[in-house]
Amino acid sequence: MQLTINGESRDVDVDPDTPLLWVIREELGLTGTKYGCGIAQCGACTVLVDGYPTRSCQTPAESVTGAEIKTIETVEETETGRRVVEAWVANQVPQCGYCQSGQVLAATALLTETPNPTDEDIEYAMVNLCRCGTYNKIRAAVRDASEA
Amino acid sequence: MTFMQKLLKQAPVNVSRRGFLSGTGALVLSTTLPVRPSKAQEAEAAAGPAVPAFLEIHEDGTAKLLSPFIEGGQGIYTTFAQVVGEELDLAPENFSVEIAPAGPPYDVMGGFRITGGSMSTRTSYELMRQLGASARAMFLEAAAQDWGVDASELTTEPGMVVHEASGRRAGYGELAAVAMDLPVPAEVTLRDPSEFRWIKTPVPRLDVRDKSTGQAKYSIDVEVDGMLLAAVQHAPRLGLTPASVSNLSEIEAMRGVHSVHLLDGAVAVVAGKFWQARRAVEAAEVEWTEGEAQWPMPADFSTDVFRDTLAGKKGEIVEVEAKGDAASALESADTVIEAIYDAPFVVHGQLEPPSATARFNDDGTLEVWTSCQAPEMFQGTAAQVAGLDPSQVSIHSQMLGGFFGRHFLYATSNPFPQAIALAKAVGQPVKLIWTREEDFLRDAPRPLGLARFRGAIGPDGPTALSVEVVGEGPTGRWYDAPVGSDPSATEGISGKSYAIANSHVGQIFHPNPAVIGYWRAVGHSMHDFMYEGFLDEIAGAAGQDPFEMRRALLTDNQRLSTLLEAVGELSGGWQPGPFEAEDGSQRARGIAMASPFGSEAAAIAEVSLDGGEVAVHQVWVAIDPGQIVNPAIVEAQVQSAVALGVSQTLVEELTYEDGEPTARNFDLYPILRPDQMPEVHVRIIESGAPMGGVGEPGLPAVGPAIVNAVATLTGERIRSLPLSKHEFGGA
Ligand code: FES
Ligand code: FES
Repeated sequence: MQLTINGESRDVDVDPDTPLLWVIREELGLTGTKYGCGIAQCGACTVLVDGYPTRSCQTPAESVTGAEIKTIETVEETETGRRVVEAWVANQVPQCGYCQSGQVLAATALLTETPNPTDEDIEYAMVNLCRCGTYNKIRAAVRDASEA
Repeated sequence: MTFMQKLLKQAPVNVSRRGFLSGTGALVLSTTLPVRPSKAQEAEAAAGPAVPAFLEIHEDGTAKLLSPFIEGGQGIYTTFAQVVGEELDLAPENFSVEIAPAGPPYDVMGGFRITGGSMSTRTSYELMRQLGASARAMFLEAAAQDWGVDASELTTEPGMVVHEASGRRAGYGELAAVAMDLPVPAEVTLRDPSEFRWIKTPVPRLDVRDKSTGQAKYSIDVEVDGMLLAAVQHAPRLGLTPASVSNLSEIEAMRGVHSVHLLDGAVAVVAGKFWQARRAVEAAEVEWTEGEAQWPMPADFSTDVFRDTLAGKKGEIVEVEAKGDAASALESADTVIEAIYDAPFVVHGQLEPPSATARFNDDGTLEVWTSCQAPEMFQGTAAQVAGLDPSQVSIHSQMLGGFFGRHFLYATSNPFPQAIALAKAVGQPVKLIWTREEDFLRDAPRPLGLARFRGAIGPDGPTALSVEVVGEGPTGRWYDAPVGSDPSATEGISGKSYAIANSHVGQIFHPNPAVIGYWRAVGHSMHDFMYEGFLDEIAGAAGQDPFEMRRALLTDNQRLSTLLEAVGELSGGWQPGPFEAEDGSQRARGIAMASPFGSEAAAIAEVSLDGGEVAVHQVWVAIDPGQIVNPAIVEAQVQSAVALGVSQTLVEELTYEDGEPTARNFDLYPILRPDQMPEVHVRIIESGAPMGGVGEPGLPAVGPAIVNAVATLTGERIRSLPLSKHEFGGA
């Protein structure tokens, strides 16, 4: 099947219900997208599907054949993505880092849609788990990266 | 010789010409081998060829440092770059830091090393300074010889040697070729702490950009040429083993499947892709039979019954510590209170599921890539599994996607023995990934813990305290610490600093059937909750304010007194409440203290009830690690420790029924969500005491501070965690 990942059309030969996560990691070799739970609980596997943060572990590949899929590897190609990464670095957000691809993409999606989020917007959008407890720094970085 | 003295006996040696990087013109320093190396090791060290290096300074002026300790989020690589850079006079951003392989000279803890116990910086601080200072002295000498001046006329600026009289300057990179043939000076002067530029400053972490852009690589991302992928289905109860797979031919015919394997306690599928392997192994219909596990789970094991067993356990009380005569003081006291406290099994829940990649090379050697907190121990076990000598096994420790104690060697809890068996069976490299479900099944949880308290109450507080801690600690299990001398079984109840005239702490051993492990802050993670909760009960019985009573009990302890005042002040002055907050909610605050891993800490937590559940709004922590290297990293570690402390206090509990864990993923075993994270305020105090740990000490006081606040708010004293299993009415 054809998937559009990071602006490129890629042909992959997988069972149609293979989770997008494993297509991205194993067929395309993009390992920035992480496996954490496999049941849509943690958000480590977050990618953007037509701009929406999506848990790729529970997204069958066949359901996104027509969509634009973006992974962490190209996050800095947009102005918002770059701002988010800089805010993550400035706030020294990551600890182990394992959840952070998903966090950065969730923040990028939020700020692309809502450049000046309220605290409630942030709470509603930033729901990925972080076992290292970087939540306060994540919040601070999202505020930093917002426009106001 | 004490452990620390042994460490200090290591000294830098120049190994630039020992073939490790021959011809590259880099200054390469290693250390003398640890105490009493074998003859063979000495001969090898003298002759080369491949002498491992701690520190290399390259012609381009950059430095590479091999860290004995693995990075898993605690910032150890940055910390080491700061310490070496300080003495070498090279800015930390010029360093790249990589994990050192198993074996000498990196076994800096005296023949081994583990990344744990909040020990990394503590055990290596002096050695790292020596390395940096020695290299700097050698660059000075190199320039002196080159310029025909005396080294004493020279000084350094970051990355450069400078001769002020003539204005000559040379970068370290240019001098490396000369320096590599110089002897290491016998003595070097370390920089005076008042002149530190990087140590004690919030130097940015070296790994943050890679971790913010998906570039950091973990064990799960390892790729080696020609590898196959594997997934396993473990027996639902530890101790069972596969007898047969009834639909074997169906499984073998599934897409991508290479082969199906019956392992000890698990069925494995090897396939071209992980997803194919996982799908196939989950389709396997396995008939399980009793196997020969060293720690089989009893088929009727349940956590509820186990807790009751511990609560009623009689038996020998092995003394851990004693002061005065607690027994008679309790006997003659007018008022005695008693309570039983317990804390559940908890999983590590590191976000990266366990994985391991194994490859046998043509020369018979074995390489293993995995998450690992104890490389020498993994090397030994890998050699055993493969039937090789440890010298034929390389362990490539990978950056950890969280650890918290998950990646020590725990019998059935590590995937690498299975990966080795599979690689051997298929004759190709194999990467094995455990799903989160398999991780829950085979994690080495923190043991369920229980303690029985009795306190004699005088008008000013406790006159006697007697505690029986019942159960087994991981250090007893894995390192043969005898009952009564296993800190992991009692720490946080033993080792407290309050001036109670008569006190007795004893351990009653009761074996834990689970494969128990170390969890962040180990025994402290639960025992401080128990002790500090009971201390508040004593305050209540004596009609004392819990903060004031602690103050009185700590008058002779300067460090803890300072912290108590500091955390009170940080929170705007002690106010237990209940009081009404700005948002109209009723709130209360609790206080607790802990003395973990060579550091001291005090915490205040502010809570309210939200729909019958406890919400933690703020946590204030004052922490004294003696001395620190990087305040930003310490602050981040405290934030992280508080998060885990709040998480286990509010929601975490692994229960077993019929010998099986009832949760297999984060759906039935919740961990702290972002909206449950309190604001965290940290004050770091450097008392100048010997350097203590940082990764864990922020955790133990958090739970009891929360529970004490809940008691003030609701009048309910919680003696069994987590709070989510209790119903709170009102407020
Ligand atoms: S791996 Fe997809 S949500 Fe956890
Ligand atoms: S940084 Fe480790 S899980 Fe978020």
